[in-house]
Amino acid sequence: MTETERRRLLGAQTPGVDRRAFVKLGLGGAGTALAAACGWDGGGAIRPLLLDWSRVNDWVGEKVLFSPTHLARTYSAAERSAMLPSYFISGMMPMLRDPDRWRLRVQGLVEHPLELSLDDLMRLPRTAYTVKHHCVEGWSAIASWHGVPVSAIVARCRPLDTARYISFDSFDAGYSNGWDLASAMHPQTILAYGMNDNPLPPAHGAPLRLYSPTKLGYKLTKYLVSMTFTDRRPGGYWEDQGYPWFGGI
Amino acid sequence: MTATPAATVRRHHWIVRLTHWATVVVLAGLIASGLQIYEAYDRFGNRGGPYLASPFDGAQFPHWSRLGGWLAGALNWHFALAWPLVAFGLLYLGYLVRSGEWRALLFRPRDVPGALAMTKYYLHLRREHPPQGKHNPLQKLAYTGVIVLGALAVLTGFAIYKPTQLSWLTALLGGFQAARYWHFWIVWIFVGFTIMHVILVFVVDPASLRAMITGWYRGRFPSHD
Repeated sequence: MTETERRRLLGAQTPGVDRRAFVKLGLGGAGTALAAACGWDGGGAIRPLLLDWSRVNDWVGEKVLFSPTHLARTYSAAERSAMLPSYFISGMMPMLRDPDRWRLRVQGLVEHPLELSLDDLMRLPRTAYTVKHHCVEGWSAIASWHGVPVSAIVARCRPLDTARYISFDSFDAGYSNGWDLASAMHPQTILAYGMNDNPLPPAHGAPLRLYSPTKLGYKLTKYLVSMTFTDRRPGGYWEDQGYPWFGGI
Repeated sequence: MTATPAATVRRHHWIVRLTHWATVVVLAGLIASGLQIYEAYDRFGNRGGPYLASPFDGAQFPHWSRLGGWLAGALNWHFALAWPLVAFGLLYLGYLVRSGEWRALLFRPRDVPGALAMTKYYLHLRREHPPQGKHNPLQKLAYTGVIVLGALAVLTGFAIYKPTQLSWLTALLGGFQAARYWHFWIVWIFVGFTIMHVILVFVVDPASLRAMITGWYRGRFPSHD
């Protein structure tokens, strides 16, 4: 075999092909850089794909990684963090003009719609724990919460078989969150009326907020006014803007 | 170096080349979206402290280095790209095991003397490049290390993705903020590895770049092992 033939067989990829491969590689890199420059919107093409993929991750979080019985680690009161930031959507801290007239409405696909005052809620079974709070931003803080388990509400309103989700709604400028029923029924998912052994302060959602160590902070609706059982997946304030819908941790 | 023309040898299987370059792209996206995520909270520790020591406290990374535009966009990029990272990683490891090529790559105790000889060569304490097979012992150390690093990146990632459901893993890594801290540091080890890797390719064995693209190697170290 001649040297030329040997080279053609063994060195099938000639330097010319190498350059082509380099160009391809360079184009790939340029494509990545372009996607980076376009950022979140990706010229309008990437965003829907990312949101679709986020739904796949939601499914994995809900159906594969979530356990309805696994309890989050609890801490002692002495381990509480020095502070826990609060936030709300309204321009000013949402406050009730007449707290005595506040009621939690339990409605939608249920046998027994309910209207519960704070006193009614306090007469229901009480759960208290000290857990770590995880914010989607990456910070965490340990605090104590007490209130009534959502499962106790579910036992009283008796959702229809068709109910698969709950929409938790607030009086904070329309802030709301949609939840899957299994996460809501977790034993550590509560409607909290107290924090760190005190009544829930206005900065953290008084008079009543959703709390659970199985979800990121943005899923824990503050300033509750109603919970609505539905058969269609409800959106939410941050979820509708692109944050993961499941938000489970 | 040698008077005779270098022999051409088949060096990298297409799976190795595919997973190598795919990981370059995917990892770049993961790091860029990770830097955007980091910007949302730029320190490590529970609120109110104590905080883990980090030179990047309060750091803002340049716009060109971030992907996603804002936190939600970056999270969606990050959680989407994590899948191909794991998939390509498993494909690569599966190939190493099936082909037996792990033997040429895994750093083992018997590689220690050779690693010392290579270190002396790089420090100019030794004139001749020690004889080697496909990879020298320092390369084995680096490539074994970077595979372990990849596994740690995935494990710390899961630990901060699901700290309640995977609480055993999060606890094993020292808790949520510690896992987040190591997840972040792994980035800089990766960046350091990549810089050294690219420098050494061009300085010591430029032919290995072509080998990683075409699969064929024609350079100083034409071993099949």
